[in-house]
Amino acid sequence: MLSKNQIAQRIAKEVKNGQYINLGIGIPTLVANYIPDSLEVVLQSENGLLGIGPFPKEEDVDPDLINAGKQTITMLKGSVLFNSAESFAMIRGGHVHLTILGAMEVSENGDIANWKIPGKMVKGMGGAMDLVASAENIIVAMQHCSKSGESKLLTECTLPITGVRCVKKIVSDLAVLEVSPSGGFILKERAPGVSVEEIKEKTSGKLIIEGEVPEMVFD
Amino acid sequence: MINKTVKDAHEAVADIPTGAFLMMGGFGLSGIPENCISALLQRDIKDLTIVSNNAGVDDFGIGLLLKKRMVKKMISSYVGENAEFERQLLQGELEVELIPQGTLAERVRAGGAGIPAFFTPAGVGTEVAEGKEIREFDGKQYLMETGLKADFSIIKAWKGDTAGNLIFKGTARNFNPIMAAAGKICIAEVEELVEIGELDPNQIHTPGIYVQRIFEGRNYEKRIEQRTVSN
Repeated sequence: MLSKNQIAQRIAKEVKNGQYINLGIGIPTLVANYIPDSLEVVLQSENGLLGIGPFPKEEDVDPDLINAGKQTITMLKGSVLFNSAESFAMIRGGHVHLTILGAMEVSENGDIANWKIPGKMVKGMGGAMDLVASAENIIVAMQHCSKSGESKLLTECTLPITGVRCVKKIVSDLAVLEVSPSGGFILKERAPGVSVEEIKEKTSGKLIIEGEVPEMVFD
Repeated sequence: MINKTVKDAHEAVADIPTGAFLMMGGFGLSGIPENCISALLQRDIKDLTIVSNNAGVDDFGIGLLLKKRMVKKMISSYVGENAEFERQLLQGELEVELIPQGTLAERVRAGGAGIPAFFTPAGVGTEVAEGKEIREFDGKQYLMETGLKADFSIIKAWKGDTAGNLIFKGTARNFNPIMAAAGKICIAEVEELVEIGELDPNQIHTPGIYVQRIFEGRNYEKRIEQRTVSN
């Protein structure tokens, strides 16, 4: 099974040179740590910044400079600041190439649920609905199963959904899967030491296995 | 130039009545109008509707207004960091309309720009779309959202001049510029108030035409929610 950092490390391999990328809160934020320096990419923060840099040194902390997770950050050279309407114009307008976000559930047709547990947890959707409705490529970072062992990769989402037919790829603690345009999770890679049998058992939606499934390779 | 200066936060919010529809700038606790929130807390008003991306935290920002039960309804996109908000919401003591962040921003922008409604893909197929008109453009579905206007928009900028021209700093800009235009009366508090002519017109983010009242705030706490540093 992959740790959160390993999930982030595996997702970073999906990043391509020249991309503008929005990273969600949680595991997706960690992806930034694993993007190779050889790639020129720009990270967008939907609260109004292109060009997120590393977390600041203690003496450089600026309360007027935070990311969408409200963490203090820095700006890289060439950064630009803008208002919230402009930020989402970039997102809805399809100018952000890759969106990486977390999920509570994903269905086999690519629906995602990550904003609400009725009667229990109401945090709000933040920018997630705008992001999933518009991004050309959406990768989800998630745990394959809940703490009680229930699969979170389902035939249909049970929680209120954030967007329909939008997830293209999932990196879980057990596997890399692609969502088939005709429905179903195509198993692409296994986490080290995890068998196809185990992934089958822990995937409640339709799982598609095409030939040998390789183990993930970490550099 | 028209001088928009008022003495302080108390004078700026003195005529906000019970039941008013307000907008407040800020993302998390960054760029919130701290002085006006403090002044509102001393007013004996209630049943406010507040449009704000977040609802502060339990003991700072809009969270203080919630705690004092001055708020009837919040219109927000994310309220995750406020336990009192979540409690009042789950108990049904507070009305809440949760809106996708980009839709919220665009509704505010549209309201200020004289656009009554627009179509967005955000929320199609979700409970956000319930009861809303859906239309298809180029084979993709969109839902209709309406522009938002407020009786008062209360915002915070870094620098401003007496004519109400504003400059923001960092990500404290967020919803503040678009809310300026969407309020019938926009109250701007700034860290530094200067005379006209001192701001470079090339660098102004928000034109003073949108701002009706401006004052220099005091004692900004600028609380940080998630202080994160690198080693």
